[in-house]
Amino acid sequence: MAIRRGRGVAAINYPTGMNLGGDPTQALVHSTPTGNFMVTLSSVDLGQGMKQIMAQICAETIGVPTDRVVVDTADTDTGPHCMGTFASRGTHRAGNAVIQAAREARQVMLEVAAEELEVNASDLETDGQGNILVKGAPQKSISIFDVALSAHFKRGRSISGRGMFLIPRSYPEKETGAMKPSTCYAHACTVAEVEVDDETGEVTVLTVKNVFEIGRALNPKMVEQQLVGGSWMGISHALYETTEPYYPNRDHGGTDFNQYLMPGPGDLAETEIIVLERPSADGPYGAKGPGEMCANPQIPAVANAVFDAVGVRIDTLPITPERILRALKAQAAN
Amino acid sequence: MAKVPVQFTLNGSEKAEFIDSGTTLLHALRDKIGDTSPKGGCHQGTCGACSVIIDGELRLSCLTLVETCNGAVISTTSGLSEAGVLHPLQRAFLDTFATQCGFCTPGMIMAAKVLLDHTPNPSRDEVIEALSGNICRCTGYEPIIQAVLTAARSNSQNAA
Repeated sequence: MAIRRGRGVAAINYPTGMNLGGDPTQALVHSTPTGNFMVTLSSVDLGQGMKQIMAQICAETIGVPTDRVVVDTADTDTGPHCMGTFASRGTHRAGNAVIQAAREARQVMLEVAAEELEVNASDLETDGQGNILVKGAPQKSISIFDVALSAHFKRGRSISGRGMFLIPRSYPEKETGAMKPSTCYAHACTVAEVEVDDETGEVTVLTVKNVFEIGRALNPKMVEQQLVGGSWMGISHALYETTEPYYPNRDHGGTDFNQYLMPGPGDLAETEIIVLERPSADGPYGAKGPGEMCANPQIPAVANAVFDAVGVRIDTLPITPERILRALKAQAAN
Repeated sequence: MAKVPVQFTLNGSEKAEFIDSGTTLLHALRDKIGDTSPKGGCHQGTCGACSVIIDGELRLSCLTLVETCNGAVISTTSGLSEAGVLHPLQRAFLDTFATQCGFCTPGMIMAAKVLLDHTPNPSRDEVIEALSGNICRCTGYEPIIQAVLTAARSNSQNAA
């Protein structure tokens, strides 16, 4: 009986969103009378930071600082339609819809500015600081504040735009069943090191080293935050989380979240995160969906590490001490 | 049910209410007084989201009957900032990205505050021990541990 050490590796491809039934998200953008911009969505921020990312995307597209944008996701009854925040699709789908809406709003904004400056709209550019300038003659300019006032009170224009992003439904080919479940994939690879006590079946994860390829990181700190949490969640899925009883008798099962196991702050593996950015072709400013995939590769990596340590394949999650001991017993019997 | 009079100090201001006997402090704070910073997670004393400070001790407001709080001095996260300036712990949670959905954050901050009040320069293990009664689903805990250590460092720098 001994503590045995093992190392496992796993790599995954993970789709962004799903287009099995079409996968639309809609966005509306409009300016206030003083040149701030509202993004209206039904997409919901669960804490992953969607509102911040949508504000950045809108600001980048219109050409204003991010703090000039307010994102309203208040009510799915009254907002433009969104399929929902799931399948790692929020940034990708809603972001593309926001870009489309913001481009249309920007066009109206430039047309109003062109009338004020008596130039062609195509000769104008934004400085990202809240001003519109004539290309090559930046001394000729107008603030977006003044453009919005003019649009509202003088010219009767609504600086607004509509966005609808839809990846069409993919139908399987009749002969082969081949289809295109997604247009955009994130990738990850994890190496996990574990110790397995072959007397108790207990697994301790020592280190988790993850590389994530997530398209362009639109907000690198928020991406890192999600990946760190996701890596921990992957370990939790691999070793702890289940609504089923750990032991065959149903009476031994968890009855509420108090008995739903997860690793606590004292159970953390040494974790490393490396982010690779390969901008996606159809993502907003190159983004992909890092949300769910970041909690996936740790699971097979831990299962492989357990195999490396004690030579048994556990193919049911979570990898509990009982499952390891039963597998060791079966192995010894053979 | 009979109403009972309850008086205590909440974040520096006097509160006096008639409250149904048997009401928890969590329920009284959120639904009677209107301080929604303590969160109701499990209502059984295991998740820590409802943590508040009563007379300097970390307590679970979901398991504390409000009648037992007569004359107590109670602090919640909503009373931490002063004149719009965030408490060093709040600042550190922001700076280290230690919050995602935010539901555990007030309880985490209260647990960390009691730790730093008693142990201004805690070790990593002491931080882990102090946070071990609080559950987080999003962050993986490491950013929260870093936030508490960061706040402790900024406190000791300000004191120096």
